[in-house]
Amino acid sequence: MKKTKQTQNGDLAADGHATKIAVSEAAPASREYATFFVDGLFFGIDVLQVQEVLRYQEMTQVPLAPGVIEGLINLRGQIVTALDMRRRLKLPPRAEGQTPMNTVVRTKEGAAVSLLVDEIGDVVEVDSETFETVPDNVDPAARDLLEGVYKLKDRLLLVLDTEKTIDIAANVA
Amino acid sequence: MDDQEIIREFLIESNESLARLDQDMVELEKRPKDPDLLAAIFRAIHTIKGACGFLGYTTLEAVTHRTESILSQLRDGKRDLNPELVTLILEAVDVVKSVLVAIETAGAEGPDTYDDLRKRLDAACSLPAGAAPPAVAPSLPPEAEKVSVQKGPAVSDSTIRVDVGLLDKLMNLVGELVLARNQILQFNAHQEDSTLNATSQRLNLITTELQEGVMKTRMQPIGVVWNKLPRLVRDLATSFGKQIHLEMDGADTELDKTIIEAIKDPLTHIVRNCCDHGIEKSDVRVRARKPAQGKLSLRAFHEGGQVNIEISDDGAGIDVQVLKNKAVQRGLIRLEQAERMADREALSLVFLPGFSTAAEVTSVSGRGVGMDVVKTNIEKIGGVVELASRPGEGTTLRLKIPLTLAIIPGLVVTLTERRSSPRNLEGVGERYVIPQVSLLELIRLEGESGKRQVERIHETPFYRRRGSLLPLVYLSEVLQIGQTVESNVVNIVVLQAEDRQFGLVVDGISDTQEIVVKPLGKQLKGLNCYAGATIMGDGRVALILDVSGIAQRSGVLQESREKSRAAAERREHSGSERQTFLLFRAGSFERLAVPLSLVARLEEIPLAKIEHAGGREVVQYRGRILQMASLARILEPAVDHAGRLQDPAQVVVFNNGDRSIGIQVDQILDIVEDTVAARQSAERQGLLGSAVIGKKVTDLLDLYSVIAAAENGWFSDRSTLRATGATVMVAEASSFARGLVRNSLEMAGYQVVEAADTQTALRELDHRKIDVVLAGFDLPPDNGSGLLESMQRDPALAQIPALALIDSADQAQSERPPGLSGYQLKFDRGGMLRSLASLASAVARPEHVAP
Repeated sequence: MKKTKQTQNGDLAADGHATKIAVSEAAPASREYATFFVDGLFFGIDVLQVQEVLRYQEMTQVPLAPGVIEGLINLRGQIVTALDMRRRLKLPPRAEGQTPMNTVVRTKEGAAVSLLVDEIGDVVEVDSETFETVPDNVDPAARDLLEGVYKLKDRLLLVLDTEKTIDIAANVA
Repeated sequence: MDDQEIIREFLIESNESLARLDQDMVELEKRPKDPDLLAAIFRAIHTIKGACGFLGYTTLEAVTHRTESILSQLRDGKRDLNPELVTLILEAVDVVKSVLVAIETAGAEGPDTYDDLRKRLDAACSLPAGAAPPAVAPSLPPEAEKVSVQKGPAVSDSTIRVDVGLLDKLMNLVGELVLARNQILQFNAHQEDSTLNATSQRLNLITTELQEGVMKTRMQPIGVVWNKLPRLVRDLATSFGKQIHLEMDGADTELDKTIIEAIKDPLTHIVRNCCDHGIEKSDVRVRARKPAQGKLSLRAFHEGGQVNIEISDDGAGIDVQVLKNKAVQRGLIRLEQAERMADREALSLVFLPGFSTAAEVTSVSGRGVGMDVVKTNIEKIGGVVELASRPGEGTTLRLKIPLTLAIIPGLVVTLTERRSSPRNLEGVGERYVIPQVSLLELIRLEGESGKRQVERIHETPFYRRRGSLLPLVYLSEVLQIGQTVESNVVNIVVLQAEDRQFGLVVDGISDTQEIVVKPLGKQLKGLNCYAGATIMGDGRVALILDVSGIAQRSGVLQESREKSRAAAERREHSGSERQTFLLFRAGSFERLAVPLSLVARLEEIPLAKIEHAGGREVVQYRGRILQMASLARILEPAVDHAGRLQDPAQVVVFNNGDRSIGIQVDQILDIVEDTVAARQSAERQGLLGSAVIGKKVTDLLDLYSVIAAAENGWFSDRSTLRATGATVMVAEASSFARGLVRNSLEMAGYQVVEAADTQTALRELDHRKIDVVLAGFDLPPDNGSGLLESMQRDPALAQIPALALIDSADQAQSERPPGLSGYQLKFDRGGMLRSLASLASAVARPEHVAP
């Protein structure tokens, strides 16, 4: 995976206005994000939280589990729950024959969870100055899971809050 | 090593030697002259004292120093050991322990300087060495000490301490290695390469050995837990004023560390129980001709991949009747239930929550929390608790516990692919693992006839397993993955969930495997139907079913709880004269009832199987010929019932000794339990009368006359009956009750004479030869006591055994009135026949000899 530099004006940020500084404080400390696409949207996860990226794995379904849970995969002897990001973000289902990719993230407790996404992107480095919180009019299904948005040159990078994304225990009946 | 490290080492070492010390002290009490033991104890205290001085723990040093002085006097033979001294030393050991705890938690000794104990220790030290031992003694101990000193280091050199976390990690890695091995072996099965074959064979062997080895590192001898028991038993025995001898066998039996932790508390609780109300006080024991000293023995051994732990005492044992009474009194079971309960079943009552047999609550036990917790804890780790007891001889509790929790045997079952689940692209379907501990048996029903054995009450399926209904649960339905697939085979996995049994219907059963249990992610924690997951030989994940979860989800468990709750409520509302009735329909009688206790079985018999022999309808049934009779035809002989016969016929089978009769009814309606508000009316042949049962007016069937009508003199054929033909008088006010008792007695072959009051009863006694009298408790005018007294006055009648008919067990008085042989529950058919059989045969025998 190659790294793409998206910013050149990092030094200028320090001289910015007070309001801008406040924004950058709210932004996450890490500026490197592992990215992926889900239904055309561009998402990023703090690169330090991503354990590995895998091709589609054979899966064991879990009957009665919430629909977001696609199944269980065997990751070198460890049993990992796979969440379908399309369903998690309440997006339309994947087209027939399109196999998702696994983005395995590590949680605070050290457990691994796999996020099923459409396509894997690059690791990008971002400028904290381009960060903004999620506008209020975004669908709550997605807004609740997002830490914020980076306004990259050509597109928006939506930063996922990993802990919130994988916290679906509340939805289990 | 910095200071912290040194203190930590000191704490670990001291705790270890103290753990041994307790046991050694108790041992020493038995063998006060044993030089090895004395030396070991002395050494342990001495080591602690030395370290304390070094680390500056003054209180600890002061206490250990004085203790050491006493011990050295003992060791040198300057004085003899007595119980007070042992208690004092143990007290000192306790103080040392609590100070060590303070050091561990607070980092310092704490404010208490234990002056009182110090003084007493000093006093003990300076006691005149009155009982001076023989002069030979002093020369022995030092020698012995030298020998054991040499022994000591050899053991400690060969062991190292390893962090449990590291072992857990190793265990996990080995688990993964086992899975990788399985995958290679499976792959290898399709390969021809001989090198690969040989290598994978080797890999297989090494992995197995490695797995065993790593498992062993987590193993600890059960003695680790047992070490504390001698002290516990001694203290308990002293405080209860009992003498208890503790025997331990198999202390080196090894168990997984996590399991050792899990059984620690249950085991302690059981031992407390045994000491408290298992073993009697010495005087009681002597009176019962048992040695004054009670014996408590612990035994541990491996058997069939499990560890068995037996805790047995030679105490008073458990009186089943007391248990039952207590359970009834506490409303845990119903009286009828108690009557029917087998001894073994009754013993398991002690595991019910809120149950205690101790007459009085002591500080140790008797508060009703305990055995249920023991059982839950043991079951939580996949173990089983069994209880066996003989009154007067003692009680044995057996725990069967798996060796380890990480790897369990499981049964692999499959569900074939459902059309409604398009996500699963494989053709094989999913596999699920059922833990072997919950597995009772496997049943396979084949073909059309097999399918028919699955019966339904409303929509709920059942299977008749050895005469009782086993609720069936379809796995595919519980997991909501589509409809049951039509197939020729029904596979039933019979499972035990808590106190309930149920059959889980699956599509296929593959085999049993040792599986490595892996936890599920927290996203799935809310699902109670899975206990975890495992990785199968092909690398795919399979879910492990949680049997109680499945039972709960399918309603099997919940239902039983509600049922017992409803029963408890009903119990509170009404008195005791409850009976269970079978309700059915026949001809124009919409609601007929017969006591369920008279019914042997319910059957469905296809009309085609009914044959005619000797002018009667019969079927071949369980290798015998069963005579059939249509109830509608008997009750309404004038009406033509030919067009209304059902196929298959609903048949109620009644047993009479070796012979049976099947009464064909139109439809079985229900089984209800109710008190009977009987209203007699014998307008019609074949009916005892009407009563309100289940809130509806119901006709009670006169079984005797019905069967007599069906059989034409079947009952007069005395030669075929088992009973002696003895004559029984039923003296009972309620004609309904008389009728029922008469029914069952006549079916068993007795001649029955009825009497509604004392006068009639006495008249009958004068007229006929009566062998046994059954006297109702409510017999007018004076509740039957007049009848008994009159019988006692007449020498001819005094010999006749009399039983009091009672409605519930609480009517039985502890002091039997003269002339009464016993009590008999009115509606307990089996019990009545048994007691009659014994009484009647006792009476009948001389009669046969005389002529």
